[in-house]
Amino acid sequence: MTNLKTITIFFFFLIAMTSLPSIIHCRTLNDDKLIESTCRRTPNYNVCIQSLKANPASSGADVNGLAQIMVKVMTSKANDAINLIHQLQRSGSSSQKTALSSCASKYNAILIGDIPQAAEALQKGDPKFAEDGSNDAANEATFCENEFNGKSPLTKQNNAMHDVSVVTAAIVRNLL
Amino acid sequence: MGSSTTSNESNDIPCSYIPVPDSPDAAGAAVEPRRQVKGLFVIFCGMLVLISLVAFNGYYRASNNGHEQASLAAALTKIIVEESGSETVPASSRWQQAASRGVSAGVSEKTNRLFSSSNSNGEMYPWNNSMLSWQRTAFHFQPEKNWMNDPNGPLYYKGWYHFFYQYNPNGAIWGDIVWGHAISRDLIHWQHLPLAMVADQWYDKNGVWTGSATILPNGEIIMLYTGSTNESVQVQNLAYPADPSDPLLIDWVKYPSNPVLFPPPGIGATDFRDPTTAWLTSQGKWRITIGSKLNKTGIALVYDTVDFKTYEKIEGLLHAVPKTGMWECVDFFPVSKEVKNGLDTSINGAGVKHVMKVSLDDDRHDYYAIGTYDEKNVKFIADDVKNDVGIGLRYDYGVFYASKTFFDDSKARRVLWGWIGESDAEYADVAKGWASLQGIPRTVALDTKTGSNLLQWPVAEVESLRLRSDEFKDLKAKPGSVVPIDVGTATQLDIVAEFEIEKEELEKVTSESNVDKYNCESSGGAAQRGALGPFGLLVLADDGLSEYTPVYFYVVKGSDGNLKTSFCSDQSRSSVANDVVKKTFGSFVPVLEGEKFSVRILVDHSIVESFAQGGRTTVTSRVYPTRAIYGAARLFLFNNATDVSITASLKVWQMNSAFIRPYNPDQSN
Repeated sequence: MTNLKTITIFFFFLIAMTSLPSIIHCRTLNDDKLIESTCRRTPNYNVCIQSLKANPASSGADVNGLAQIMVKVMTSKANDAINLIHQLQRSGSSSQKTALSSCASKYNAILIGDIPQAAEALQKGDPKFAEDGSNDAANEATFCENEFNGKSPLTKQNNAMHDVSVVTAAIVRNLL
Repeated sequence: MGSSTTSNESNDIPCSYIPVPDSPDAAGAAVEPRRQVKGLFVIFCGMLVLISLVAFNGYYRASNNGHEQASLAAALTKIIVEESGSETVPASSRWQQAASRGVSAGVSEKTNRLFSSSNSNGEMYPWNNSMLSWQRTAFHFQPEKNWMNDPNGPLYYKGWYHFFYQYNPNGAIWGDIVWGHAISRDLIHWQHLPLAMVADQWYDKNGVWTGSATILPNGEIIMLYTGSTNESVQVQNLAYPADPSDPLLIDWVKYPSNPVLFPPPGIGATDFRDPTTAWLTSQGKWRITIGSKLNKTGIALVYDTVDFKTYEKIEGLLHAVPKTGMWECVDFFPVSKEVKNGLDTSINGAGVKHVMKVSLDDDRHDYYAIGTYDEKNVKFIADDVKNDVGIGLRYDYGVFYASKTFFDDSKARRVLWGWIGESDAEYADVAKGWASLQGIPRTVALDTKTGSNLLQWPVAEVESLRLRSDEFKDLKAKPGSVVPIDVGTATQLDIVAEFEIEKEELEKVTSESNVDKYNCESSGGAAQRGALGPFGLLVLADDGLSEYTPVYFYVVKGSDGNLKTSFCSDQSRSSVANDVVKKTFGSFVPVLEGEKFSVRILVDHSIVESFAQGGRTTVTSRVYPTRAIYGAARLFLFNNATDVSITASLKVWQMNSAFIRPYNPDQSN
């Protein structure tokens, strides 16, 4: 009987070792496919993939969940821009004072308007308002960039804000 | 239409089938006594069951719930939304910098010389408080501040018109939605009341969303509305006035056993909203319809009820149209073929056509179709299937969404409300502290002359706002001319105008081979000259014509001598600011034999509502000038056609404010 016991234990162990990696691999493959196919439907695949994969919550998220992650990425990009704007305002570049102040109001609108609207729309189930909010955020970033007539100190941040927002809007379109 | 089998592609990975390795001991086990072989076999099967359970669990969690399966399927088979012309185009193309138009060729010589300071090369125009506060309207419904969207449950009761609306009490963005409330004696002079319903139940915790009122024959009011539950499931709820003897209907009670409807099997938890006004069936039951979608097919579900508390889902669908996406704010009502009056929602029979209307989530436009209601088979059949609901006519070719009608039995008319959103940037809404308007309520009726479209017209009560008027008869405008219309300030106007093309000149114009070629939305607006157009009026213009909004006709002469007319509103020069929508909106408008080209335009600060040929085609637009404001706003007649002169006659009224304000019981009405 001990022979049988050892055999069954060994047998069970063998099955577990061969199938468990497949199960784990199976789940990751499923999630990867969703992230990839969703990102292929956006205007910027790389920005999309980088943004989503950087957040562990993206594995196992549905399309709505991926969109909500992108909204969080929008927040971080908006904060990056606002921080740099405040820094530049403190360092007192007078020729860009008006433009910086104008940009501050646009990024403020993104942070207190567009992003909360998008987050709530996705969470509560009326995604078109998330698409509107993301599209507007992309526009606000463009308007800020235009304030400087080619000599913008915020180009990197504005581009990041714009690209991430445009990707978010594209992902939300899948939910409509 | 996508096939859901493609979603299984991702599941057909080797891992979903667990490979069972050959047991190295299988041969040895065969030599064992029979009882031990049997025991080993049982244990082996048990292991397999265990393993497959673990594997299945892993797979199941990866693919989430059935709803997500459906949207994954939709996502895998979906095609990306087309470019230009769609409001949902990615930001960069939607907000194309208005390329320096420089001189709008031919608008007028006067314009050419004066228009030198072009601010349209990417430089941002600074908004100031004066410009922003000018944008608030004088006689359109809007709350004192914050965000508004869909009209809800409009009704007439005990001498008062009631208007409810989606409202955010906390900011100028969509969110925290509750029901605002206002009353009026005449659909024009509104008084704000306290919020009618707030998100105080688990079943509307995440949103007290859109709904409709049904008034029973005994005068009882039933309100059905969508709640987004604390888990964001869309359900339908019943509410009614707390005190029916209160004509102001201030307090509302939610039915204690809400929700009365949950999403049915096969319908997504977030694809089930906006119940309609109910109508009586020939069996004496009440019937409602609720919009939804199956993959990308927009559908209308049907429910019957006797008490509005329990419902019977009717098999099948009232209507469905592929590729239209989610149907929001469905509306379904009869129109008379014989009389101009509106009809009670329950009327059916000979002499009646039915109208089905939907708001498309996909493109934020309201579409309708005229057809027949087959009550026996619970079906709506459009008269013209090529122009079915969602793919044919729109109520309005500009900014106009989530619209809803109600039957006003005090005046035997059907009245249409529509939500007019902003066309500016969010930071301006935040700065000014509000967003959105309602259109002026319109009567809706069948156009008995064409039989194939509705007529919409501002309710007659708006004329009570008319102050002094200026009349202009037979003004002549040669090709490429602009004629000032002296009415003093031009920010609050009611304009009625008629145009005629010089007959002899018209006859000399060469015909076009493709009479359908002109499209307002893809055209160059009023600057694109043709033989027979554009001609019309420039509203919210400044003296130097650096800002103006053309509302115009563009006519094309076909090979048989017939004319095809488009009616458009062009926002591309409406403001020197670059952060506002600058599209041109519009569509074809039927102009019948012997008719002049006629238009009515309501100008009210940042909203322009235009009605062509008695309301056959309408365009609402939002405009945000920076110079053509306050005392600097002007009105012009223009003719940018190349081959014909036009003769215009118009009457222009200054419009009073409607003094929309909070309700004060001490003040007289």
